[in-house]
Amino acid sequence: MSDQNAASEKDSVTGRTTTGHEWDGLKELNTPLPKWWFWTFVATCVWGAGYAIAYPSVPWLTTYFPGVLGYSQREAVTADVRALEAQRAGVMQKLKAVPLEEVRKDEALYAVAMTAGRIAFAENCRACHGAGGEGRPGYPALAGDAWIWGGKLADIQHSITYGIRSAHPEARVSQMPRFGADGLLKAEEIDQVTDYVMGFYKPDAPALPGAAKGATIYAENCAACHGDKGEGKREVGGPALRSGVHLYGDTRAAVRAQIANPRLGVMPAWNTRLDEATIRAVTLYVHGLGGGE
Amino acid sequence: MAKFGDQASMSKIGKPPQPATGEEVPASDVQLYADRVRVYPRSVHGIARNIKWAILVLCLVVYYVTPWIRWDRGEGRPNQAILLDMAHERFYIFGLTYWPDDIYLLTGALILAAVGLFLVTSLAGRVWCGYACPQTVWTDLFMWVERLIEGDRNARMKRDAAPASLDKAWRKLAKHAAWVAIAFWTGGAWIMYYVDAPTVTVQFWTGQASREVCFFTALFTVFTYVLAGWAREQVCTYMCPWPRFQASMLDEQSFIVTYQKWRGEPRGKGRRDAEGRVAGEKLGDCIDCNACVNVCPTGIDIRDGVQLSCINCGLCVDACNEIMTKAGRPKWLILWDTLARQDAKAQGRHEAIHLLRPRTLIYVTALLLATSVMGGALAMRSHVNLSVLHDRAPLFVKVRDGSIRNAYTLKVSNKTDMPASFSLVLGGLPGGAMALSDEAENRQPALKLDVPRDAIGTFRVLVYGTPTRLADGSQKVGFMLRNTATGESTEVSSVFMGPAK
Repeated sequence: MSDQNAASEKDSVTGRTTTGHEWDGLKELNTPLPKWWFWTFVATCVWGAGYAIAYPSVPWLTTYFPGVLGYSQREAVTADVRALEAQRAGVMQKLKAVPLEEVRKDEALYAVAMTAGRIAFAENCRACHGAGGEGRPGYPALAGDAWIWGGKLADIQHSITYGIRSAHPEARVSQMPRFGADGLLKAEEIDQVTDYVMGFYKPDAPALPGAAKGATIYAENCAACHGDKGEGKREVGGPALRSGVHLYGDTRAAVRAQIANPRLGVMPAWNTRLDEATIRAVTLYVHGLGGGE
Repeated sequence: MAKFGDQASMSKIGKPPQPATGEEVPASDVQLYADRVRVYPRSVHGIARNIKWAILVLCLVVYYVTPWIRWDRGEGRPNQAILLDMAHERFYIFGLTYWPDDIYLLTGALILAAVGLFLVTSLAGRVWCGYACPQTVWTDLFMWVERLIEGDRNARMKRDAAPASLDKAWRKLAKHAAWVAIAFWTGGAWIMYYVDAPTVTVQFWTGQASREVCFFTALFTVFTYVLAGWAREQVCTYMCPWPRFQASMLDEQSFIVTYQKWRGEPRGKGRRDAEGRVAGEKLGDCIDCNACVNVCPTGIDIRDGVQLSCINCGLCVDACNEIMTKAGRPKWLILWDTLARQDAKAQGRHEAIHLLRPRTLIYVTALLLATSVMGGALAMRSHVNLSVLHDRAPLFVKVRDGSIRNAYTLKVSNKTDMPASFSLVLGGLPGGAMALSDEAENRQPALKLDVPRDAIGTFRVLVYGTPTRLADGSQKVGFMLRNTATGESTEVSSVFMGPAK
């Protein structure tokens, strides 16, 4: 401290010199640091320099100094993921082998299946069916208890594996005629059958004017797939009409539109994208959302 | 000012400063970095030393023995009285089992300890530092070992100054070996608070201990050895934050180790006559023998007054009493007293002791408040805990029969040592029914939930209802959970949601 003698002064109380620094009349005594403190500081600097040499550190414009040890976080993650896959291989194999109905009895296996199913569902299914399987108009709610093609484990597995109207030979296919667009029924008849179907939708409301005539039209044109009393026929994929849950809405306009020019949803066959164990996991997950049969 | 790394300032490291001509400049003033002044504390006998030994033995016995105390908690549960089981997220302290959600009790215990420390410090100065701090306890233990092997202050100083010899070599070797052994024992005992003591001891010596156990044992071994053997008073003076802010707890009414300047000064060597004169000159009682400095574990001079490095251990009190007795003067030239009383005595007045001051009363109030809050929290700690989490997606689902279904995840914690059976009842939703998601169609007005002992049961509960009014899309419902065996119950409210009508 070369200017020490010039700037510093002697403190009258302690008899020690000050550093010459002053803050609002407070002056700092010139107290030396302990030497071990200094060497500890030097040691941390040496450690820091060594660390920067050993590990990836300096960023260049397009690349970076990789460090002499050749450590890479990306490689570490890749290795971790590979290790995890190897670790999971056994249980995923087991998930493929055990009958779906038996999985729930094996608590550990079921927990794995639900986790794997939840993740696969979030990645592949939620875009249409919603984060919790709540569905939306045109996309069935999976958390509810209304199933067009059946809510048993095997039914769900088949639907996921081959899809709905997916062009896969095993796919679920049902075809509703376009009663209005193809001129199969007159506009008046469509109105009447709509009135009749609304009676399934809202049994407590008074019967609509065309309901009586609509009943005959229904029996001739609709009952084959939707059932005599609107209870639906799963074997042909005819949705239940006497139900609280409707895929395309429950207003009269929505019902009429669906009769005149029906919309028919498509779900891809997932066996081209997901492996069998994952499909089984998603099946269990969907079944467990609250409506599984 | 010279730049850091400048030749001139660097060269000052390790070299004694050149004294300025004429005026003597203190060494500390001209050096940028100070050499460590090695402290060779002399052994001493007396009341402070006895108290210090007693507390040292008590602390060490408690520390080393506690992990070995057993406590029967039944089959399949740890039988260690105090076990901080991180892996299974349980703290066992005798009859009590703490869960992670009881962590506020730990916070409360820390608050109690802090306020207690403030109170003690404002009453009696840094007694924590002088007697009970682990740094003090282990340093004292290490010094005792050092004294056994290398002798007392004078012998140690002489040997350290002497050239290398066989005698010096074996004593140093023996001392460090003993220190490392104690440090290892300390590090080993530490780990026993976290894992079962007998098990980990066997595992350790058969080479089956986990990497974590070995790491923490080594860590605490190294730090005990370095801090108690080498760093010692440097920890108190330079590393510990407590000495820095303890000044805000002390005031002129705190009992601290004090040199009675009015009685001791002017100091001077020589035997006093009846009037306290030496060779005709009137002197104080201090014979300037430096005994108080020589016994000080931090190497300071108490006669300079209250200072940062003083840990208030009172060994100088003992040392001075020994000397005063030999010199035929009254004892207690250095004693525990308040600064206010010392000022009064210097002026020949008497000053009363003020234990009750705003500062201590505030600390006592805070302490009582915290104790009662903590005691209440501990006494009323519920053994039944229910948390209800409404599904975020979907908020509700319409089902075939036209009713609305909401799903909730219920977590029921059973903090007892017995498996418990709970009944769950829903309130606030007339006609509502519940089902477990595993058996969605089995709708019931009440559910029976079984939770194993010391565990959390997770249940996804489906609630079906047809609420008549859902003005803003939701209505309040309550889940009442009752332990069917003990009758202990708890209620948690949530909402039932549906399309707004």
